Amino acid sequence: MSGFSGFGVLSLVTFFPLVGALLIAAQNRAANRNARWIALYTTLFTLGVALWIWANFDKGNSAFQFVEEMNWLGGSIKYKMGVDGISVLFVVLTAFLMPLCVIASWDSIQDRVKEYLIAFLVLETLMIGVFCALDLVLFYLFFEGGLIPMFLIIGVWGGERRVYASFKFFLYTLLGSVLMLLALMAMYWHAGTTDIPTLLNHKFPAEMQWWLWLAFFASFAVKLPMWPVHTWLPDAHVEAPTAGSVILAGILLKMGGYGFLRFSLPMFPVASQEFAPFVFVLSVVAIIYTSLVALAQEDMKKLIAYSSVAHMGFVTMGIFSFTVQGVDGAIFQMLSHGLVSAALFLCVGVVYDRVHTRRIDAYSGLVNRMPLYAVAFMVFTLANVGLPGTSGFVGEFLTLVGAFKASTWVAFLATTGVILSAAYALYLYRRMMYGPLDKPSLKGIADLGYREVLVFTPLVLLVILFGFYPSPLLDVTAVSVKTLVSNYEAALRAAAAMNVR
Amino acid sequence: MTQLQAYWPLYPELLLVGAAMALLMLGVIRPERDTEAEAIGWLAVLALGGAVWFVLQQPAGTHPLFDGAFVVDSFARFMKVLTLVSSAAALILSFDYMRRAKALKFEYPVLVLLSTAGMLMMISANDLIALYIGLELQSLALYVMAAIQRDDARSSEAGLKYFVLGALSSGMLLYGASLIYGFTGSTGFPAIAAAAKAGGAQNIGVIVGLVFLLVGLAFKVSAVPFHMWTPDVYEGAPTPVAAFFSAAPKVAAMALLMRVTLAAFEGAKPQWQQVVTALAIASMVLGAFAAIGQSNIKRLLAYSAIGNIGYAMIGLAAGSPEGAQGVVIYLVIYAAMTLGAFACVLAMRRAQGMTEDIDELSGLAQTNLGLATLLAILLFSLAGIPPLAGFFAKFYVFLAAVKAGLWPLAIVGVLASVIGAYYYVRIVKIMFFDAPRERFAAVQPKVGLVIAVTGLLVLLYVVWPAPLVDAAGAAVRSLFPA
Repeated sequence: MSGFSGFGVLSLVTFFPLVGALLIAAQNRAANRNARWIALYTTLFTLGVALWIWANFDKGNSAFQFVEEMNWLGGSIKYKMGVDGISVLFVVLTAFLMPLCVIASWDSIQDRVKEYLIAFLVLETLMIGVFCALDLVLFYLFFEGGLIPMFLIIGVWGGERRVYASFKFFLYTLLGSVLMLLALMAMYWHAGTTDIPTLLNHKFPAEMQWWLWLAFFASFAVKLPMWPVHTWLPDAHVEAPTAGSVILAGILLKMGGYGFLRFSLPMFPVASQEFAPFVFVLSVVAIIYTSLVALAQEDMKKLIAYSSVAHMGFVTMGIFSFTVQGVDGAIFQMLSHGLVSAALFLCVGVVYDRVHTRRIDAYSGLVNRMPLYAVAFMVFTLANVGLPGTSGFVGEFLTLVGAFKASTWVAFLATTGVILSAAYALYLYRRMMYGPLDKPSLKGIADLGYREVLVFTPLVLLVILFGFYPSPLLDVTAVSVKTLVSNYEAALRAAAAMNVR
Repeated sequence: MTQLQAYWPLYPELLLVGAAMALLMLGVIRPERDTEAEAIGWLAVLALGGAVWFVLQQPAGTHPLFDGAFVVDSFARFMKVLTLVSSAAALILSFDYMRRAKALKFEYPVLVLLSTAGMLMMISANDLIALYIGLELQSLALYVMAAIQRDDARSSEAGLKYFVLGALSSGMLLYGASLIYGFTGSTGFPAIAAAAKAGGAQNIGVIVGLVFLLVGLAFKVSAVPFHMWTPDVYEGAPTPVAAFFSAAPKVAAMALLMRVTLAAFEGAKPQWQQVVTALAIASMVLGAFAAIGQSNIKRLLAYSAIGNIGYAMIGLAAGSPEGAQGVVIYLVIYAAMTLGAFACVLAMRRAQGMTEDIDELSGLAQTNLGLATLLAILLFSLAGIPPLAGFFAKFYVFLAAVKAGLWPLAIVGVLASVIGAYYYVRIVKIMFFDAPRERFAAVQPKVGLVIAVTGLLVLLYVVWPAPLVDAAGAAVRSLFPA
């Protein structure tokens, strides 16, 4: 096992935000400015560590790297961390979005600032932990633990219907996850361990796979979210504060897709294959139906939320095509969507901070007074549509190629989603940016401030960079995905041979 | 002196009973003042600490006494320490409340000592008669404690209700015990176990006796459908007394239930497994649904206690070493959580007096963030959300149920935990999302200490969980002789 390091860099990147949270907690109640700077430095340092991990990651190795192992719950349930090509980029994405969230909340959050920042830093630890955990129980701990800070973020700093939205978010995701908890216990008793690398090579009997797959699916489908269990998402997104929406769309949704790749596909290959048509149907429905729903929205955040559900449809479609291109594309789509949807929510936050409404018809002709904003919004809108030259294109294209290999019809129907996404995204852009600037509330609206420029510049650059030159991301995932797909195919062949015999 | 030394397994109990009598006399001799009563209370805490010390001194291994009617083994030692610590914590919580309620009487610590001695007896009971003596000693003290605020109608009502229903359950238990004695020819657990293994489990008389015995014990742990007294007693009894009821007696009664089922009636496992499964499902479901509508936090905690006993019973229903280990872990973490939660109820005090209305917690995060945060941690933990200790408590009992293949029980359990999460999280919502009300009076240091210790234990348990898991595993080994 190469990349074995006693340095504990994954523990550092996971738990460093907690240090910042403790420092903030130690501050005097009125020291909001200090708290903001501490949060910013903490998240920037975490980002630095994440980038170091990315730079030192061995791309030619499909095994887990930077592995750490310690006794924890006793017996075979251990504290074990590690990353491979599938997870490492999500760690970087999380660490990248957090400083942006802190900056974006700099002025817009004035109430209970310390608590807000602590909640975000705790959430960062839990999110990075999800992607680093190499033990099922540890994974579940991080996966579910994220509910607490997110519940508080939506409920305390959210909009009018925040209580309803926070409860719906909390109970929906909890209900989805508890069955996974039972499933992982069953896996523990069958395999004698919850060590993920060991479980990846464990062969579960076909019938057991069937049940385990369903239990994991319940959790990940809610988290992702897939149609028809997506209804918590628009509510949570609409009511959450801007940075909360960024994290929800950017990271939390990706946990579902990551879960499919980490658990469902490699551990339950037979069941995955059996259920693939079912997932395809749900994905296609998600892509078409939620795109149509997005078209009819009056609320900007709701529109972007529904478009997220549609984009996640591409992810599930790519994953369950079981092809290298499809899986590569799904990961790329998740990373790209992490940037684009986060950026779109930040865009909404910009005008919401100025006008305090999310209704689309409250805006028109913004391009006249906010040219910089219009440019940034344009880039992200086009990336959301999947225009070639933006990161959105690469992911959608690859997932469609993968889906085409699996089923022509699925690919055909999903492609209509691309057209619909152009419709709702450009329609939104036209209504907000063009037209006469005749609303009195918009007469004095100011363009992006320096802090907002600071937030949007890296996002714009990365979205365009990865659109033209996706290989920094694809190279990292390539070997792990190839191994994943070939192991999957080998497992299916072995299962088929068993049946023949 | 040498004769006394032969009774060393009994030292903790002897210390408690002796201290109870000494303090009783001291209380009568000394003038009736609050300071005197509190000093006697601290002496009682000291006696409980001394009993812990005696228990820790006892050597490893199984040590029977009185022809096997009383047994000290690793399981008994573990549960005794837990019971004693819970009792001491609940007693420390009571001083300030009782003084303000003008109910600071020296009788209270004496009753705590007597009931705790009964609990230790229950934990070590290895004979139907010893079981009954321990249970009655405990229960009679508890009835009086519920009614300790004798000028308060609610408190008297709680004591009376508890007494009448408790006496009924004792009667059932005695009836069951006599049936078992009649059909197996012995009151000792080893002999009953041998009879049950030898085919006595198929004897209808033994089965009926076992069911009555279980009913009696289910009353004591307040498992549904024998839970009716719990909300009324919790609500009516003074808050520190309710805190006491929610931890130590539950631990002792669960320990007794475990010894009866796992040791004495191991041969009748298929029979009692059905009963325990039904009790567990009913308790979890009723605990989850009935708590939703409560507006009084003590009633809510009562239903929470009912639900929690249901979860603990999942481990018992598994009937395996893993299950027993899960129950023990569950009881430890549950005791910490419930004592912390009741301490928070004691912190709900304004100049006008105590309040028990959940809505009075509104906006607590803005008036007292520390208290709100610790209570939120305890509530999320009770809801079983990781990474808090309550998650691990549920984790181990469900782990055992899954291994035993009790899928319906496990699935109902996790679904009930989601419903239960709603009412715990609702309190968090009231504290964090709603508009603030008038702030509470400063938290008393003793109450604050209990809140901080339990809250931090629950929060930081995840960092170092192995010792408790290993200790619980070692403790239950004596229930499963190889």
